[in-house]
Amino acid sequence: MRFKHVFSIIGPVMVGPSSSHTAGAARIGRVARQLLGCSPEEAEITLYGSFAETYSGHGTDLALLGGLLDYDTDDARIPDAFAEAERLGMRYDIRVGTGVMPHPNFAEITLRAGSREANVQGASIGGGNIEIHSINGFDAGCTGNYPTLVIAHQDQVGVIASITGMVSASGLNIGFMNVARKARSGAAMTIIEGDRVPPDELVESLHKLPSVENVSVIDVR
Amino acid sequence: MRFRTLKELESICQAESLTIAELMIAEQARETDESEADIIAKMSSYYQVMKEAVSKGLEPGGAQSRSGLTGGDGLRMNEHVLAGEPLVGEWAGKALAYALSVSEVNASMGRIVATPTAGSCGILPGVLVSSQERFGWSDEKVVLGLFAAGAIGYVIANNSFISGAEGGCQAEVGSAIGMAAGAMVELRGGSPAQAVHAVGIALKNTLGLICDPVAGLVEIPCIIRNGLGAVNALAAADMALAGVRSIIPSDEVIGVMHEVGTKMPVEHRETALGGLAATPTGRKLTEQLKAKK
Repeated sequence: MRFKHVFSIIGPVMVGPSSSHTAGAARIGRVARQLLGCSPEEAEITLYGSFAETYSGHGTDLALLGGLLDYDTDDARIPDAFAEAERLGMRYDIRVGTGVMPHPNFAEITLRAGSREANVQGASIGGGNIEIHSINGFDAGCTGNYPTLVIAHQDQVGVIASITGMVSASGLNIGFMNVARKARSGAAMTIIEGDRVPPDELVESLHKLPSVENVSVIDVR
Repeated sequence: MRFRTLKELESICQAESLTIAELMIAEQARETDESEADIIAKMSSYYQVMKEAVSKGLEPGGAQSRSGLTGGDGLRMNEHVLAGEPLVGEWAGKALAYALSVSEVNASMGRIVATPTAGSCGILPGVLVSSQERFGWSDEKVVLGLFAAGAIGYVIANNSFISGAEGGCQAEVGSAIGMAAGAMVELRGGSPAQAVHAVGIALKNTLGLICDPVAGLVEIPCIIRNGLGAVNALAAADMALAGVRSIIPSDEVIGVMHEVGTKMPVEHRETALGGLAATPTGRKLTEQLKAKK
């Protein structure tokens, strides 16, 4: 089921004009921003398909930038996102890409701040709903409908058990979970969509696991 | 959710003597582990946004879009209704005016609720806000209508689509009309079975509708289609309340929407490369906007 509950049909409350090209775009941008964990200094945004054809008229560019500023879909500041990004000194480049992507409304975002970098590929599937296809080069398959833990770690025996053990001990129920790796014994990523926001102590203790490199919390409900 | 199809929705409601709205609220609470009171409060806040959008579009001057292509039609239609005897009758006229108004607020980058999308955000508020005025319903009652509409939209979205980029305008405006029609049947005391018939009756009338926005903007023809959609929703609800049935079951009609949408050329799926967007006037307006930028 691509659409999970009633508020993915009635909602979101949003600034117009398009749920897929404005609200969904803002949420994809916000996922990237929260993955980076701070305000980006530099953003590269590539638009594909219908996003590429019609972004200007739908304010897709404003909405994506609004997302990078951590605005929610109904934030009245979205129409002024360019000005705010410039005020903050955020450098951004919005370009149109070619090629066949998994969905007609597709965007790739790369963000940098100091030594941090985040890359997200996502689709806006209608009604403000999104599908995150990849995070930092790993297959993601998450929706932003739930508070999400994104954990970068090494592909080693027992890491997943340690992670899920800690999540379980914190009392957080795992709704959906996705594990991906780039190569055997190489870099890996675990994405956990839970039923509530992961407590800070959980995030801290996950960070301390020896084979865990980074933990991000994404909440764009 | 315990239902994937309208047939299942109807059967559960019948077996457990629930309205579609009551079932939706219970299922939502189970799915998200929130209390029913919290869920209803959230939906009530959404309904306030809808009412605000209706009012905003009817303020003097009306809502004007950023492109300058559209605006003020909700206000025009409302004045026409107030001047007396619109051809569709006072209340369908009001629903039409309110739906136009909300869609214009959307085009002006104002706040709206996607129902199910922003491109189709005028239809449910148009129908519900005007009917609330007409029948003197409480907000609490109208909010139940939104849950019924949400249950219907949930089935459509998961068996077909609700984005113009995937399935054309039938998926956006079409879905919204079906949702509003079913909700109105329930609010007027019809059975879940009648509400489900209303969905099928409504959807049949929008099968094949393409998404062809001029210059890619959610304005031409989206705003007008929202206005007409509100009237169609009332008509479909009336047919179902009168006992008219969708001989092709509503779930099968949703299947047709999916079939047609899958075969729809990319030019007719929100890319602004075909349909009204590609007419001589559509192209001229697009060029003018590009030159202005």
